[in-house]
Amino acid sequence: MEFPVKPFLTHGGADVPPRKSTEQIESAILPPPAQVVLPMQQHAGAPCAPLVKVGDEVLVGQKIADSDAFISAPIHASISGKVTAIKKVMLPGGQFSDAVVIDSDGEMKISPDLKPPVLETPSDLAKAARESGLVGLGGAGFPTHVKLSVQKDKPIDTLIVNAAECEPYITADDREIIENTQSIFDGISVVRRMLKIERVILAVEENKPDGIRKLKAIADGETNAESRICILTLPSRYPQGAEKVLIKACTNREIPIGKLPADVGCLVMNVTSVAFLANYLKTGMPLVKKRVTIDGSAIRNPQNVIVPVGTKIADVVDFCGGYRAEPKKLLMGGPMMGLSLADDSLPILKQNNGILAFDEQEARMNKPTSCIRCGRCVNSCPMNLIPTQLEKYSNAKDIEKLQEYDVMDCMECGSCAFNCPAGRPLVQAIRLGKGLVKAGGKK
Amino acid sequence: MAEKMIVSSSPHIKSGITTRKIMLDVIIALTPAAIASVIIFGPKALLLIVVSVASCVASEYVSRRVMKRENTIGDLSAVVTGLLLAFNVPVGVSPFIVIFGGITAIVVVKQMFGGIGQNFVNPALTARIILMASFPSEMSTWNKPFYYMQTTADAMTTASPLGILKSGASGTMPNLLSMFVGVRAGCLGETCAVALILGGIYLVYRKIISPVIPLCYIGTVAVLSLIAGRDVLFDLLAGGLLLGAIFMATDYATSPINFKGKIVYAVGAGIITMLIRIFGQLPEGVSFSIILMNILVPHIERLTRPLAFGKERVKK
Repeated sequence: MEFPVKPFLTHGGADVPPRKSTEQIESAILPPPAQVVLPMQQHAGAPCAPLVKVGDEVLVGQKIADSDAFISAPIHASISGKVTAIKKVMLPGGQFSDAVVIDSDGEMKISPDLKPPVLETPSDLAKAARESGLVGLGGAGFPTHVKLSVQKDKPIDTLIVNAAECEPYITADDREIIENTQSIFDGISVVRRMLKIERVILAVEENKPDGIRKLKAIADGETNAESRICILTLPSRYPQGAEKVLIKACTNREIPIGKLPADVGCLVMNVTSVAFLANYLKTGMPLVKKRVTIDGSAIRNPQNVIVPVGTKIADVVDFCGGYRAEPKKLLMGGPMMGLSLADDSLPILKQNNGILAFDEQEARMNKPTSCIRCGRCVNSCPMNLIPTQLEKYSNAKDIEKLQEYDVMDCMECGSCAFNCPAGRPLVQAIRLGKGLVKAGGKK
Repeated sequence: MAEKMIVSSSPHIKSGITTRKIMLDVIIALTPAAIASVIIFGPKALLLIVVSVASCVASEYVSRRVMKRENTIGDLSAVVTGLLLAFNVPVGVSPFIVIFGGITAIVVVKQMFGGIGQNFVNPALTARIILMASFPSEMSTWNKPFYYMQTTADAMTTASPLGILKSGASGTMPNLLSMFVGVRAGCLGETCAVALILGGIYLVYRKIISPVIPLCYIGTVAVLSLIAGRDVLFDLLAGGLLLGAIFMATDYATSPINFKGKIVYAVGAGIITMLIRIFGQLPEGVSFSIILMNILVPHIERLTRPLAFGKERVKK
């Protein structure tokens, strides 16, 4: 199969400010925190049930929760110590989940049971990914093993490694590329071999010159024609990293509404997920730590920090010198799609790639004024929707019109609201509209 | 973390563009034509512009007060309407006519339909049409360019170029260069083509308007003029075509928001303009063509809705 010479054209998007001030700073490693909180829901899909009880001693890498459901991913202890509580905690989205609380013994003792998995058949790869607890590390948290379970009637010909990282501020994937380049290639080669994928495209936004140089140095050194990887430089335009947009930019294929990448022969994996998979296959150490970008106007020393999953946000912020100003908004994820949090006692989850704290000035938003029908939202929409109409239909609770105008096709990237001169809460309205359609049932 | 956090829906950053900034850009783009009108038609032009803007802003302020709605004069859209209204009257009209026009545009056409973005026809143009119907002779009496510097006892008024063409009315047809720089009879802001084009380029450069509507509108007029065997350049420079195509047909509230819709709308306006110019009783058709297309916008938008990503066109 041929490699794309340059990215295919995609519609819409937004010229977001990059604000990637942490891209040059080497990731720091957080000393083991005194306590971690591990919610049973750190992925898209069914929540896990705890396998441990209060009073149990646990070791790093030990599985502490799992589920029988297919779309789910087990959870592992990220520090060694004692389970001191199993309690309800509020997740970033506002829903509640049980969480296992572990108090550290300060020793980070590693479970002796960990060993690298043996891969013989293609399904072994999916099994291994499931056991590792891997979820999409780009932010969505979709269990990786589900994607790797290729169905016979939907063959995959292209693996797209997503290193676009188009959200402002976030540089966690960028640092992964710079600090862990070889693992990315190792991971790609395993996935390619096991799933017999013809073509691999690693897509990265052009605003990461250091990472691109390192990737190209290895990719260009590949002499075997069949193992070549295309390093595709994308324009720095949000949301290049959104799955549907990325597939379009790399292959010119459009995922039909309601379908998945596999329906157009693509498998999309986040770059950090791929590198993690390579390390897991070498060491058997499941997903217990995560690199997160700590940034925003209220953070004293912005940087990337590698933290045990379940570390409280406040502990990581303290490690970064604390708040330089009163934080008025705290975000899990990037400023375009991240969730705003009520307080900093929440734990960092597996799929987290950033924590941002905004001071008063950065958190302030103008009051919405009337829509002037300028059409900027329409020009910004990567899904070719009409956000201003959707807002009106959502406010009018007109489920029929919402469906007619394809509200469910919206991926909530926020480009429309970012570009709206009237400051309309378009994404909020559309989200409510999607809720209405879901509740109202499809006709 | 003593204070409470703001919890709100994403996105959490904005581009910084506001309605006020957009309107300010439109005002900047209208400035060259305003200056040209004062040079060509004298201090009375300046007076009419000031009166028009003041009456529009005052109408906006008072009507919002009366309707117990938030004050919106800060978004500067009433200033834009005021400028455009002044641009659409001849220099000879009484300031009271302009005040009447300003009240009509803002109170009746804009605020009674809900304010900015809600009006379905262009306020300034609708006001102009109402003034044309209410004060037909004042609205079609054209002073000669530089009449205010005139010292002889010659006639101060003349016919507009389109009027001369239409009815063979007395008056000398200005040459194309005069028409390009605006030395011809006409409404205040419509005569100086070079100033209008400069403003249009500025708006496109600042991404305030897409060039689709002006280009399709002007292009359609040019093609039809050619087919009809008329002087193409004359048709482009005469009347209010440039003012209409660049500043009035591109009004956000009353033009389609999607690309295909803009083309249909602009081509439609071009066709109606030329039908009126060739077959109509009136010499000029820009105002009516834009208003007619304004009314069709909801239908155009419905029929030209872009196909959502990943959606197959349903065959009927």
